[in-house]
Amino acid sequence: MSVRRRWTFALAAGAVVALLLPCLGVPTFYVSLLTQTWIIAIAAMSLDLLIGFTGLVNFSQAALFGVGAYAVAIAATRFHVVGFLPGLGLGITAAVVTAALFGLVALRAEGPGFIIITIALNQIMWGLAYQWVSVSGGDNGITGIVRPHIGPLDVSGNTGYYYVCLVMFALAFALLMTIVRSPFGLVLKGVRETPRRMRALGYNVWLYRYFALMISAAFAGTAGVLFAWYNQFVGPVNLSLDQSTQFLIIVILGGIGTIFGQFFGALVVVFLSNELSAVTQRWMLVLGLIYFVIVMYAPGGLVVLVPRLWARLRGRPVVLAADVPLEDR
Amino acid sequence: MTGAPGDALCLSLRGVTKRFGSLSVLDDVSLDVRTGERCGIIGPNGAGKSTLFNIIAGELPLTSGTVRFLDRDVTRLAAHARARSGLARTFQTTTLFPRLTVVENIVLALQAHSGERFALLAPRSRYRKRDEEALALLDQVGLADRGDASIDALGYGEKRQIEILLAMAQRPKLLLLDEPTAGLAPGDASLVTEMLKRERSGLTMVLIEHDMGVVFDIVERLTVLHHGRVVADGPLDAIRGDAAVQEIYLGGVL
Ligand SMILES: Nc1ncnc2c1ncn2[C@@H]1O[C@H](COP(=O)(O)OP(=O)(O)OP(=O)(O)O)[C@@H](O)[C@H]1O
Ligand SMILES: [Mg+2]
Repeated sequence: MSVRRRWTFALAAGAVVALLLPCLGVPTFYVSLLTQTWIIAIAAMSLDLLIGFTGLVNFSQAALFGVGAYAVAIAATRFHVVGFLPGLGLGITAAVVTAALFGLVALRAEGPGFIIITIALNQIMWGLAYQWVSVSGGDNGITGIVRPHIGPLDVSGNTGYYYVCLVMFALAFALLMTIVRSPFGLVLKGVRETPRRMRALGYNVWLYRYFALMISAAFAGTAGVLFAWYNQFVGPVNLSLDQSTQFLIIVILGGIGTIFGQFFGALVVVFLSNELSAVTQRWMLVLGLIYFVIVMYAPGGLVVLVPRLWARLRGRPVVLAADVPLEDR
Repeated sequence: MTGAPGDALCLSLRGVTKRFGSLSVLDDVSLDVRTGERCGIIGPNGAGKSTLFNIIAGELPLTSGTVRFLDRDVTRLAAHARARSGLARTFQTTTLFPRLTVVENIVLALQAHSGERFALLAPRSRYRKRDEEALALLDQVGLADRGDASIDALGYGEKRQIEILLAMAQRPKLLLLDEPTAGLAPGDASLVTEMLKRERSGLTMVLIEHDMGVVFDIVERLTVLHHGRVVADGPLDAIRGDAAVQEIYLGGVL
């Protein structure tokens, strides 16, 4: 079986399993954790577009995610905007507008400077959510967010909503994979590799970074909206720096520049943080150790683990990145 | 200076001065390059040659002076905007996209001026023509079989060739070459020289080079820079005979 067909097969098998899972008698608790995995994976993929393909280590991804979540929460509880598409549109718009403002400030710097500014921006948004009580509910957050119907379909139940998030993940995945393999995606990679040469070739490096930030925000906002409906609660914790760091850890664990790896990264982080916190009080410590071991023994990310072990068995090296066409692997 | 018809100046520098803090690197440099001219810049290490390129290309702001390109004042224009109006450069230290393939490197140069650089919802396989264009360029320098290799995997000589090919793929009106043969063994250096000589006639070129063989092979006019000042400027033969220049730079070479 060729490498390409093996991947197609793995993807198809994964899709079938994902589609059947809720019907196989899996406990609702786990269906719910998987739903969360799809959502968090969308956010992590959006961050991978910035880190892995544009060379922007953005620490304000949680702010973009959180703004999407707050937008839909406020619209639903204050203004009774409860539809699926209106909610999604609102969340995406809010996140993209936020990114457009963030970009004006953060993209004045490069490298470490960009990181510091995005940390500050994320803190500001957290401060707003925490202190602007009349709008955000402050520390208490916003409760009572109702999951929408999609046309005549009631998808507010555990299983229904699982499928909503699965489909949204698949859409986001397909879109992002297309983007990173497009001529525009090549430009982003050029910006990631050597901005100086890109300028000499005639590319407006600043503009491409700005575009990438807004495109990424559209996906982060989508994840935020889905999360608000999933959790039916939004609080400052959802746009905290901790949340940004978690997205970053997922991208590192999953595999920077792989897009697809973010599913595995999200799966590990979502399940471990839930399972471990139930078992031991020192779960943060254990979690940290596990992350450490993964980074040590699966450099390049979890997504390359299986192919790498397989390749080692057959004595061949393996290259894996979303931008390498499957035929060449 | 206004753009009177028939005024065939491609590049014109007036009083270009650059200081890094208290260090004066360029001091009142004026230089005219006519369209179609092949002009060389020589000068000892630290003379300010690369800095001059950085200023012409728009990478560095200048302390005072003006830069005109194709009859337009570009002194305040951003580097990418200058490139879009027809200026291309190579770098003294190879500046490529190390983790991309050779073809991808060249495609980046080829698509820089076309609308497809904003196409984000179609895979690159939809634009096979660009890859073929890139391979055709590679074929001219005998590197077509390296198209799928990543830049990282190339030898130094090959990288230097790609460095120039990228600038040529921009189809520029003015080509700035910063020591294209730097660090190359004689065999590889002559490959690069051949490349430059083959380039379409009529392309305006400014070449910084230490290797006098390469300089005499390619340029027709020479400017000598020393401590950030132009100390001589004229046809090759005149510079060859200039006693001051021999003293400063050429030493016993000629
Ligand atoms: N960004 C900078 N900041 C401070 N000093 C600089 C900077 N760039 C160059 N210089 C200084 O300016 C002087 C001229 O440098 P430049 O690179 O232009 O010389 P060059 O003529 O190209 O020399 P070479 O033949 O070695 O390439 C050097 O003394 C260098 O140290
Ligand atoms: Mg130099």
